[in-house]
Amino acid sequence: MTGIERFTTVIIGAGHAGLSMSRVLTEQSIDHVVLERGEVANSWRHERWDSLRLLTPNWLCRLPGHAYEGPDPDGFMNLPDVVNFIAAFAAGTSAPVRTHTTVSSVRAVEDGYQLVTGRGEIRCRSVVLATGANNIPRVPDLHRAVPQSVQCLTTFSYRHPEQLPPGGVLIVGAAATGVQLADEIHRSGRPVTLCVGEHVRLPRSYRGHDVLWWMEHSGVWNQRYDQIEDLERARRLPSPQLVGTPEHSTLELNRLADAGVEIVGRLAAIRDGHALFSGGLANHLALADLKMERLLDAFDAWARDQHVDIDAGPVERFPSTLLPSRSRLSLDLHRGEIRTIVWATGYRPDYGWLQVPVVTPKGDLRHDGGVVTEAPGMYALGLPVLRRRKSTFINGAEADARDLARHLAGFLAGSGGLVSRDPEDAA
Amino acid sequence: MAQVVNNGVNVDALLAAREALKNAPAAAEFTWRASCKWLNGTHTRSTVQGFRGLGEEQSHKSEFSFDTDHPEIFASEDHGATPVEVVLVGLASCLTAGIAAVAQNRGIQLRSVEARLEGKMNLAGILGIDGDVRNGYDNIKVTFHVDADASKKDIEALVAQSQKRSAVFDIITNPTNVTVEVV
Repeated sequence: MTGIERFTTVIIGAGHAGLSMSRVLTEQSIDHVVLERGEVANSWRHERWDSLRLLTPNWLCRLPGHAYEGPDPDGFMNLPDVVNFIAAFAAGTSAPVRTHTTVSSVRAVEDGYQLVTGRGEIRCRSVVLATGANNIPRVPDLHRAVPQSVQCLTTFSYRHPEQLPPGGVLIVGAAATGVQLADEIHRSGRPVTLCVGEHVRLPRSYRGHDVLWWMEHSGVWNQRYDQIEDLERARRLPSPQLVGTPEHSTLELNRLADAGVEIVGRLAAIRDGHALFSGGLANHLALADLKMERLLDAFDAWARDQHVDIDAGPVERFPSTLLPSRSRLSLDLHRGEIRTIVWATGYRPDYGWLQVPVVTPKGDLRHDGGVVTEAPGMYALGLPVLRRRKSTFINGAEADARDLARHLAGFLAGSGGLVSRDPEDAA
Repeated sequence: MAQVVNNGVNVDALLAAREALKNAPAAAEFTWRASCKWLNGTHTRSTVQGFRGLGEEQSHKSEFSFDTDHPEIFASEDHGATPVEVVLVGLASCLTAGIAAVAQNRGIQLRSVEARLEGKMNLAGILGIDGDVRNGYDNIKVTFHVDADASKKDIEALVAQSQKRSAVFDIITNPTNVTVEVV
């Protein structure tokens, strides 16, 4: 490849968010290219565990002009199905994707941005960061104090229970991934101890509908970022303790405890090879139970306001999360009880290649609803509560992509591209 | 006419402080202090006056003094509460003050808040009788009675939030580094 290629827009990342933006730009005849370091839907293919299923039911899996058309709308796609779904979307839209093209730097130049990739340089007037928020597993510093005799895995390196040695497993983190892995690893015959800190509890089904049906229809999911009181907090919320199974089961801590998983408090320190857990577990459980009740109250209030029959069953409430009166406060990692630690402690985005000063000291992108205001022509997709509570879910990509494409078009036309804050405007 | 909620907490000042400190991280670094003098036997007197915060040395309006001792059944003279009881006082007061602050912020009028605390301790630990028994509390139970203009759920949420933002709750439930040196 000789010389510098030029495009109006470069989209970095060919996941469902980048591909959604590509489709919208194609509709608006804005020339662009999608650069992907691996293959389409790369993270789904290579960075998740084998048994993963989407948390969102299939009927909710909508990308622009592309919906689930399989035989099980109420079910949950497994990993191969998700990859095929996204790949079919890319093919169907003839998205201009360049695979195996890693962007090693993006910097600002006079009329836009200059990108260095493994296959040459590119100049563009605008750039869309669709690399997601989950590039690197976030592992707390205290992992350095884990004895050599205990194997450590992150959720990037975990694939299935059989890769773990027999014996006890300590799972650190009880968001969606942590509780799912706790369930499957425990069922494989390896005793599990699960560290639980702040978490979000949800029932899978409520009054006969999937909980995400309620989130979508009641408007909770569509709540805009500029209408949320503590946005920073909302963006840092752990993923809810949900799993997608054919049985539509609710993955709750009570059930895990009944099955024999040992629930302990947040991993607070490792001292002389002893893992120390917080004694504040009861408070974390109470906070999650109360928060879930408030959400169900909100669903009920919305249901009462509806004038059409939403076909919902009677109001239900769920038992409080109980724990043994004395939960364990420490565990000697030298004793051999625990052979493996799985760090299900979340992820962070990787902006090491972004040579534009728009990243906070903590490593987050500074943006206003996906518009990187300090870098004209730069946008982001797929970040937590980017523009709406549903921004990081598959069905949240389209609305965000359309909003930002509108802003981008305005920017290209030289108007400065003001995004409307009118909720009516954001379909 | 809307009732003005007054629990005596200046929430506006706290929220303003929060905003100011977001942009001045060094000012948020506080150092609290206490000094202690041995008097006789297990009787000691601790005093609190100076602390550091907002970038400079600060001082309470007056010096606060705390005598602690062991009770007569410990063959002592009972000149004050035991140190472990002072810890319960720390926890109780932090949680209770937190309830007032959260209630103010949430527009809930408190009428009364009372806490009772119990810390279970097996002396075999501190007496060195049994190496498997810890020195400190096995368990601390806090029971709150809150009379307020709010539903039971709202009151429970209030109490839960107070724990979430309590310094002493954190100190007690999570490991804290303590270094001791002799000069």
